[in-house]
Amino acid sequence: MNAPAITIENLGKRYVIAHQGAAVHSFRDLVSGTFRRAGGRLAGRAVEDPRHEEFWALRDLDLEIGKGDVVGVVGRNGAGKSTLLKLLSRITEPTTGRIRFRGRVASLLEVGTGFHPELSGRENIFLNGAILGMGRSEIRRKFDEIVAFSEIEKFLDTPVKRYSSGMYVRLAFAVAAHLEPDILLVDEVLAVGDASFQRKCIGKMRDVADSEGRTVLFVSHNMQSVQSLCNRGVYLKGGRLVDHGDAREVTARYLADLSAVGSERIWSAEDAPGNQECRLRAVRVSGPDSANGIVSSGKEVRVDFEFHIERTPPAFCLGFDLMTSDGAVVLRSNHTDPAEPDWLRAAAGTHTWRCTIPAGLLNAGVYHVCPKIHAHEMYWIAHLDSVVQFEVVLDHGVSPFWNSADALSRPGVISPIFPWQAIPANTTP
Amino acid sequence: MSTQQPPELIIEAGRGEARYWQDLWAFRGLFYFLAWRDILVRYKQTVIGVSWALIRPLITTVVFTVVFGKLARLPSSGDSPYAITVLAALLPWMFFSQALSDCSNSLVGNANLVSKIYFPRLIVPASSVIVSLVDFLIVAVILAVMMVSYQYLPDWRVLCLPFFLVVAFVTALAAGLWFAALNVRYRDFRHIVPFVVQIGLYLSPVGFTSSVVPEQWRFLYSLNPMVGVIDGFRWSLLRGNATIQWDAFAIGILLVVLLLSTGLRYFRKVERTFADVI
Ligand SMILES: Nc1ncnc2c1ncn2[C@@H]1O[C@H](COP(=O)(O)OP(=O)(O)OP(=O)(O)O)[C@@H](O)[C@H]1O
Ligand SMILES: [Mg+2]
Repeated sequence: MNAPAITIENLGKRYVIAHQGAAVHSFRDLVSGTFRRAGGRLAGRAVEDPRHEEFWALRDLDLEIGKGDVVGVVGRNGAGKSTLLKLLSRITEPTTGRIRFRGRVASLLEVGTGFHPELSGRENIFLNGAILGMGRSEIRRKFDEIVAFSEIEKFLDTPVKRYSSGMYVRLAFAVAAHLEPDILLVDEVLAVGDASFQRKCIGKMRDVADSEGRTVLFVSHNMQSVQSLCNRGVYLKGGRLVDHGDAREVTARYLADLSAVGSERIWSAEDAPGNQECRLRAVRVSGPDSANGIVSSGKEVRVDFEFHIERTPPAFCLGFDLMTSDGAVVLRSNHTDPAEPDWLRAAAGTHTWRCTIPAGLLNAGVYHVCPKIHAHEMYWIAHLDSVVQFEVVLDHGVSPFWNSADALSRPGVISPIFPWQAIPANTTP
Repeated sequence: MSTQQPPELIIEAGRGEARYWQDLWAFRGLFYFLAWRDILVRYKQTVIGVSWALIRPLITTVVFTVVFGKLARLPSSGDSPYAITVLAALLPWMFFSQALSDCSNSLVGNANLVSKIYFPRLIVPASSVIVSLVDFLIVAVILAVMMVSYQYLPDWRVLCLPFFLVVAFVTALAAGLWFAALNVRYRDFRHIVPFVVQIGLYLSPVGFTSSVVPEQWRFLYSLNPMVGVIDGFRWSLLRGNATIQWDAFAIGILLVVLLLSTGLRYFRKVERTFADVI
């Protein structure tokens, strides 16, 4: 009865990376490689291509996932989370090991996979449903429900290229939310889209897991949603399993490991996070007179993002999450938060943009900056965990009580100074 | 809810084989949907889509008729009008060249699908060939109209047409599978395919008839299976006014079968790494 839903034994995935900046092989490689191999074979030895390097994205993974578990997969960028999901969803083949499923599997690695901009919403529901593995009759049966969930009835016959990005994501989620697999694999997709719709989707996922005993594997960088949604956690690091078990314990361990970043992070051109449109080159935090990433709460904190734009993505949006050391997101700031005429322009080229966190806002503690670059509500360009951190020491009050030695930290996440005034007794509020 | 045993699935390193053909059948719905999507998208902007499918063969027919028939004074097939001789050959050729280039680009063009979901990858090139059948039907209608207006109607031989169409279909698929798979890893093939199609047009008897090929070269020339297909189309549509070099055509068909089986094997071999390199 209670056989595990997924049994993973000795799972490993090795990638071959091409050097010399050549991501795509050329025809010449084929020809020269064939000759070199043939020559080597004649000489009776195996030939190593010096320009290719092997690299294990996932190694020696043994894991059992129980039926009905909702498992949060956490780990730093490049830890192998997406690789694990790709292996589980059969998109790519494992190099070693085996996986055994008990139940129908569906995966959602991206919202709106296969959506075609020229087709109408209605047509895309059918197409996307088929791509996610629903039969034609199944889609027809759930069609009205999907449309109702997506809240886009009026635009059903409009080509999706005319949709706002929010509508696009809604429709895509609505289709995915109506999948009825026994095992659902989800990669970070919930992080796009507006907050109320996200809540709706998370609610739907939780219902599915609670009431119908489905198993969900959920990759996320948001520790709060892992802690609230998942009962189990899996922590990957450098392609290996570090820890698994109770979701709270696993995320706590992950967060403890995370606190080893400095106040500056610079990427080399090869591994700068991003896509062909835009790459992040560096992130720095500083204060007017800070040292080693320690800033006084009485001074502003400057967060600088250096990035390069090759061609400007649609609805470009640069921002970051400010996270406490126990994983709570204090705030998210985007360069598009002010009124539109005041937005910084993201032309092609290299830019450094500064976000200034005002003085007198943050409480004492360690804060992490998690950069997020995206095409607004459509897709991620870079979605990073903590890359830099800074420590705030409390020192921003004008009152003598603020600076007393025992008040190292106040209760609460932030510590702004609010105005206080007395209301005369005879006036109504 | 149900007490029935949940389906079991085992993935093991180096053993994707066993369920492949079973999966291909299970994913046939996706095959229809992809073909349906490509057709919809192609003719969505009806005015441009359909009229382009009409204009291209018409203009090509006019140009070929003038250049080869009027200026070079090449003979047409028996008593048939030169324009009809040309269009009867353009019909399979346009189908073949479009199917081949669509098929070759299909995997790269659907890279987002390949890297985000699982399905037997063979579905993508196979469904892309189906789309060319719609254009084929459009050209066929033009030809029918032209034949009626010239009062030159085919006889019983037209019933053999499907056979030649199947050969063209399989030839496009066989070469297309190779190119599609190679294209994923070696993007240079993107430039090679249009070139192959271009050269193929000159090497195949589209603007002229294969009777102008000198007798001693005829056998070698007819090893190209598309020569047999085009001659076959003329033979079926123009009341037998064309000769098919049957011995060479048979060898050509064998070559196609060989190309298809090696193409399938190669495709299956590299398919498992598509998502990693695309
Ligand atoms: N197709 C590929 N070819 C070569 N290397 C790859 C390929 N896909 C992933 N990798 C590498 O494998 C490692 C693990 O990648 P993966 O996408 O699984 O990380 P992740 O944990 O999902 O990270 P993120 O949090 O950024 O999504 C990375 O170093 C990545 O560069
Ligand atoms: Mg990932």
